[in-house]
Amino acid sequence: MEKTWRNDAYAKVTGQALYTNDLAFPDMLHAVPVYADYVHAIIDQIHIQDAEDLDGVVKVITSQDIPGSNRHGQIEKDYRIFADDKIRYWGDVVALVVARDRKTAIEAAELVKVEATPLPSIHDPEAALKPDAILIHEEHGSNIINTHRIRRGDIEKGFDASDIIIEHKFQTQFVEHAYLEPEAALAVPRADGVIEIHGSMQHPFSTRRFTAALLGMRLSDVEVVGTPMGGGFGGKDDTAAVVCARTALAAKLLGKPVKVNYDREWSIRESYKRHPYRVTYKMGLSSDGLIKAVRCEIIADGGAYCSTTPWVTWRSTVQCCGPYQVDHVHCDTVGVYTNNVFTGAMRGFGSPQMNFVVEQMVELAAEKVGMSAVELRRKNMVQQGSATITGQVLDNHTVSMGEVLNAVIEDIDYDEKLKQCSFGKPEGDELYGIGLAMSYRGMSLGAEGADFCAAIINAQFDGSILLEVGIHENGQGAESAFILALAAELGVNRERIRYRQSSTSSIPDSGTTVASRGTLMGTGAVVRAADEFKKKMSQVVAPSLKCNPEEVHFKDDRLHGGQSDHSISFDRAIRVMYLNRKFPFAFGEFQGPSVTWDEKQGRGKPYFTWVYGCQAIELTVNKQTGRVKLLNAIAAHDVGRVVNPGMLNGQIYGGIAMGSGYALSEEVQLDAGKITNLNLNNYRILRSTDVPEMKAIVIENRDPNSPFGAKGIGEPTNEIMAPAIANAVYRATGKRFFNLPIKIDAQNGS
Amino acid sequence: MKKIIALNVNEIPYELAVEPNRSLADVLRYDLGLTGTKKGCGIGDCGVCTVLMGGKPVFSCLVLAVEAQDHDILTIEGVAKGPELHPIQKAFVEKGAIQCGFCTPGMVLNALALLNKNADPTEHDIRLALSGSLCRCTGYQKIVEAVKTAADMMKRSGIIEEEAE
Repeated sequence: MEKTWRNDAYAKVTGQALYTNDLAFPDMLHAVPVYADYVHAIIDQIHIQDAEDLDGVVKVITSQDIPGSNRHGQIEKDYRIFADDKIRYWGDVVALVVARDRKTAIEAAELVKVEATPLPSIHDPEAALKPDAILIHEEHGSNIINTHRIRRGDIEKGFDASDIIIEHKFQTQFVEHAYLEPEAALAVPRADGVIEIHGSMQHPFSTRRFTAALLGMRLSDVEVVGTPMGGGFGGKDDTAAVVCARTALAAKLLGKPVKVNYDREWSIRESYKRHPYRVTYKMGLSSDGLIKAVRCEIIADGGAYCSTTPWVTWRSTVQCCGPYQVDHVHCDTVGVYTNNVFTGAMRGFGSPQMNFVVEQMVELAAEKVGMSAVELRRKNMVQQGSATITGQVLDNHTVSMGEVLNAVIEDIDYDEKLKQCSFGKPEGDELYGIGLAMSYRGMSLGAEGADFCAAIINAQFDGSILLEVGIHENGQGAESAFILALAAELGVNRERIRYRQSSTSSIPDSGTTVASRGTLMGTGAVVRAADEFKKKMSQVVAPSLKCNPEEVHFKDDRLHGGQSDHSISFDRAIRVMYLNRKFPFAFGEFQGPSVTWDEKQGRGKPYFTWVYGCQAIELTVNKQTGRVKLLNAIAAHDVGRVVNPGMLNGQIYGGIAMGSGYALSEEVQLDAGKITNLNLNNYRILRSTDVPEMKAIVIENRDPNSPFGAKGIGEPTNEIMAPAIANAVYRATGKRFFNLPIKIDAQNGS
Repeated sequence: MKKIIALNVNEIPYELAVEPNRSLADVLRYDLGLTGTKKGCGIGDCGVCTVLMGGKPVFSCLVLAVEAQDHDILTIEGVAKGPELHPIQKAFVEKGAIQCGFCTPGMVLNALALLNKNADPTEHDIRLALSGSLCRCTGYQKIVEAVKTAADMMKRSGIIEEEAE
């Protein structure tokens, strides 16, 4: 396979790629959201007259104008697309101002006045759990969004059998996705009555679902068209879809194209974040380093709305012991409503928080036991045929935990470098440390939801091929991966394959492009469609190749007969198809293998396959300034099968960088529910001068559960750098950091 | 009150009536239709609006259009001459330095400004030159590699010659 290829590279490097906000339609109107400066309040009245009277304003839309349902939510419909009864967080949208130009709309938004009666607000999830706490959603009856649990073995017995018991509390922060392209949407009322949406969102099918519900229309009345997108990272799910839905409502009500383009401040104010976690973690071990028992309490701040909190915290629960076998586990997880910005999906989806905990706990434990942390990991980690803490036996794919760990340790010369670590020793200002972390991760949605995906192959008379898959291009290179997979399956040059602009009206709803499922599910559907396509072609072409249809094989842009020397070109074979009145067209669908879950005990087979990864980092900490300098990062990941090598490495590096920011600099700061760092000058993501030199080691154990053999990398690469850095900072300074981001005081390096 | 200004963008002269407080980024995007220049923060922190003004990278969201008079402006649309990509663009494509692509125009222009004055940059020079542009997808590694590759390609093809100082 070639090193790297993208179907949109030329357009993106020349500025030709048109993102949502680059598009314009004749007579297009512009709309902007209106917020109210409250975090918890009963809405008494929304005054829109002054705004509507402003010259250039066309309409101010509020909850009064909704023909369909105002309630939205992937799990709980607790979110109002236009706040109607209460303000529950500072980012609630009360109105949408539509004007002839954006500047006027922004001016008019200032004129919308919200009269509201403030309520006491809750910003601490533990306070929200108290019985006398004010309810954020009265009809829900409590501030508990959801709970999950694991009961494995007998936790008391486990601790009784332990020689060493350690317990620590950890805390993580609100994290912003910081996709470089803020939310944008453009809705166009079409001649046929369909509302067409171009939007920066990673979830076309749910965007369509929410929009249709808001507009009181059927799914077929709304078409969401794939548009180049400037990053998502899990963050362009709920909020971005809702931005599209509001825009579509304006277009529907006014009968004109309407565009919404978010300022960064609105984006950070309104969009959901990664959950802050509070974790209390107790681990019991035998004197020779075998983990006997884990008790774990997880409190996740869900903010004002449910969003995907039940699913995020479910993954945290399932993976609460990291990649280690533990016989006695007692885990209680709770997602909590507060008046903070709501939280939902972000790259990692509940695993970055838990890995930060677990991968420090095993090192703390190793120190107590008096063995190397790597040895302790080896002793306890899952192996081929191991049972996970939920009782899933890992026997249907290659368990490569040890393989990835060894790859990193050898490549970075870990054992040698351990000896050089400073541990806060006084000489010199630059303290050196090395650290690593590893994880396993259940692939795709697992028991969260229905997991199936479609692909369509439509070959044209001249031998060119149109491909479409029900997975969205978020910028990660999904389209290119599917073209390459199809080229491999059909034995043809990729240049004959073009990806058809995807649309919710042209392919069945294949779910969300989340959970690192794009490559696995999408290539799975491509393989299924290709099988069907080849079968059809073989039947038509076999007689001329003097063989049975089953013997036809596809290679080098030709169809070859079994044992015979006969072959014909792919182009010619396509023509033969058409001449025989047979369409070279195929539909393929791939359904993820079955999964099971018993919520009461926290037992079952939550994911149909798993991936394994390990990352290490070398760094220095300046004793005077407390500044961390990241030197060198190495990542090893088993991805099943490589599809697009350059893009794969790029995702690994991007995940390391984002994980490093999670460790050291990123934190959405709230002051009584109001975000104080609303732009990228004070929400700091890492720059080119901040990131380490990086190297990726790719391991391929083709996965039999994936028709193409490929798994995923988007999230695995973003979930272990923070604990690796925490472990390295410890070896540099001699101090453990239990909270994210890691803040090292100046002067004493602690 | 609008003001008539003359702008020279990608070697094409324009005469435009603009509000005095209108940013160069908005004029490029919405008046000239050069949407390769992106907007991401509006305060000169993310770098997706980077263009070259008199050969130097500027955040076009912080430059007023009226201030851009009398300077040559280069946007991403003017980097390639015709369909043939500039070596920097070629290197970005070949090295896989592009993911979502939203930072790419700014990155390419930063790289161009660097290589025009320093034909043989160190990795540190490259990272410094790119540090005004954020990227959330790539971790910068492949972008840095692409700029290195571009420097080699440009030297080989004689597009830039090392200046004797």
